Amino acid sequence: MFDKISRSLGDLREWADARFPLTAFWQDHLAKYYAPKNLNFWYFFGSLAFLVLVIQLLTGIFLTMNYKPTADTAFASVEYIMRDVNWGWLIRYMHSTGASFFFIVIYLHMFRALLYGSYRKPRELLWVFGMLIFVVLMAEAFMGYLLPWGQMSFWGAQVIISLFGAIPYIGDDLALWIRGDFVVADATLNRFFAFHVIAFPLLLIGLVLFHMIALHSVGSNNPDGIEIKKKKDEDGVPLDGIPFHPYYTVKDMVGVVVFLIIFSAVIFYAPEMGGWFLEKDNFVPADPLKTPEHIAPLWYFTPFYAILRAVPDKFLGVVAMGASMVVLFLLPWLDRSPVRSIRYRGPWFKLALSVFVVSFVGLAYLGTVAATPLATLFSRIFSVLYFAFFLLMPIYSQWDKTKPLPERVTEK
Amino acid sequence: MKSLFVIIFLVFPGFFAISVSAGGGDVMLDSADIQLDDRAAIKRGAKLFVNYCLNCHSASLMRYSRIAQDLDMSSDEVRNQLITTGAKVGEAMKVAIVAEDAKRWFGTTVPDLSVIARARGVDWLYTYLRSFYRDESRPWGVNNSVFKDVGMPHVLWELQGLQTPIIESYTDEQGNTSERIRGFKLIEKGMLSTSEYDAAMRDLVTFLAYLGEPSKLQRLALGKWVLLFLAGFLVLVILLKKEYWRDIH
Repeated sequence: MFDKISRSLGDLREWADARFPLTAFWQDHLAKYYAPKNLNFWYFFGSLAFLVLVIQLLTGIFLTMNYKPTADTAFASVEYIMRDVNWGWLIRYMHSTGASFFFIVIYLHMFRALLYGSYRKPRELLWVFGMLIFVVLMAEAFMGYLLPWGQMSFWGAQVIISLFGAIPYIGDDLALWIRGDFVVADATLNRFFAFHVIAFPLLLIGLVLFHMIALHSVGSNNPDGIEIKKKKDEDGVPLDGIPFHPYYTVKDMVGVVVFLIIFSAVIFYAPEMGGWFLEKDNFVPADPLKTPEHIAPLWYFTPFYAILRAVPDKFLGVVAMGASMVVLFLLPWLDRSPVRSIRYRGPWFKLALSVFVVSFVGLAYLGTVAATPLATLFSRIFSVLYFAFFLLMPIYSQWDKTKPLPERVTEK
Repeated sequence: MKSLFVIIFLVFPGFFAISVSAGGGDVMLDSADIQLDDRAAIKRGAKLFVNYCLNCHSASLMRYSRIAQDLDMSSDEVRNQLITTGAKVGEAMKVAIVAEDAKRWFGTTVPDLSVIARARGVDWLYTYLRSFYRDESRPWGVNNSVFKDVGMPHVLWELQGLQTPIIESYTDEQGNTSERIRGFKLIEKGMLSTSEYDAAMRDLVTFLAYLGEPSKLQRLALGKWVLLFLAGFLVLVILLKKEYWRDIH
């Protein structure tokens, strides 16, 4: 009986393989894709980012079924989802919490790359695709935040779009072109909806695909920052590599369940997260005539927003904010260290990375508070340190006294 | 790597220093201390709401039938106790007031209260409802220490009575002296004593909190089962991972 079934399944696979590279795909990307055996905690966040992407796409589809993207109906339709749609509250909280968790996971994923030099040759394009994903994700989150049409949705969008107005000559026309009206209005909501539910998700999926193709072509880096492909056995299998499936599929499942525990705890017990994930002011319907006292972007934009505010001139502030993204793209070419991983780097890099992390988190915090003189002073100091980390990297990464690299990956 | 974390943890307390100096001097709010699972309180609050608030304020995102369902009330009970407008049980809690009229009478449009508890917070609402005081300079003869020059009349005055503020002068960090309201003194008795009025307002705020997120009780009740399931599942996946990885280490 079982023999018969397995034989017919085998026949089916042969039939498919003759028409589509089914087995080859499975082997190239899972069963015979060799990942370093020493990947640690920091390597969970790639698969988790993919998980959050899927959560956002699925919950987004269901939200779209009941959300109404017009200025008159948007706010009420979100509350309709929260009250009258079966399990609507759960789907909505998964989506709103998912947005913040997306950034937590992505920031940790990017920090992993900084720790172990995962952006270094030959992974420059992998890093660039990742950075493009990050930029598109920011646009996606920004546009999605307009959709509930609360006060923060409205005024946040108003402030950010008006930044384009700071560009000389074309600024005002550009801002008008983006908004489709003289202020953020129904036309803006409609186009942001279109971008949020189809344009940017398509772009994201495409970029994630490119990111994965690049990864599977060059292979994963690892906490030691040495190439496992340099030491292969007679079959061409890296000595320190293990098949992604089943080893990393079962390991990532542990990460997924731990993630889901934290994710669920927030969804069920603190979906507003004290105003960090869902802001209080966004429970007041958008009112173009009433400016809220304190307009702050959501927490995941605040490091860049703080850099913008640190510069006294509006246009130069926009330039600085843009530059703070551009330097991230350039990272693979700024790092001149002979080693990749922080494990074998010297004190200069460790100091620089510590200063960078403090500056980044400091800017994230300062972007949320009112611009008092003291806060502005600290924003300026941290902004300078943020750029110093990147721009001085060609110098200090070369200077650094590195430790000798091991022949094979180490287990820690 | 470890030194990196040590440095980071040493520096973070510094941020709090900035936050303290950046903080503003907001009005002190009393703790509402509500029990969201107290259905009797929600029911009492609902009655206050329909009698005193729902004449001008709508709760247009909430249906009467949802209240009936959540509070185990029959349609007849809802019709008799909560519906004063002739609305059907399945309809939303709307009011007949016209926006232009409201603007003429109160100087502003009357906000819908469906999600007011999520926008303002329960402590703010609880303090606000107890902070009306006599001020002859205002059109309705009252002002509010939490919401200065509020357009709303003190609709609950028959319950609370009327109070006047106790003013004290104080000096802030920059050395400027100004006056603020320290408390209130009742000058005209209402139908309720102060503690009864506070209890009634706690009921009303409990209802408003429920109104802001009716699915919250369901959410909290479901949460522990989801977490319990995931915790059990975690044990299984850890064992599975250990079993597979035995041949690697």
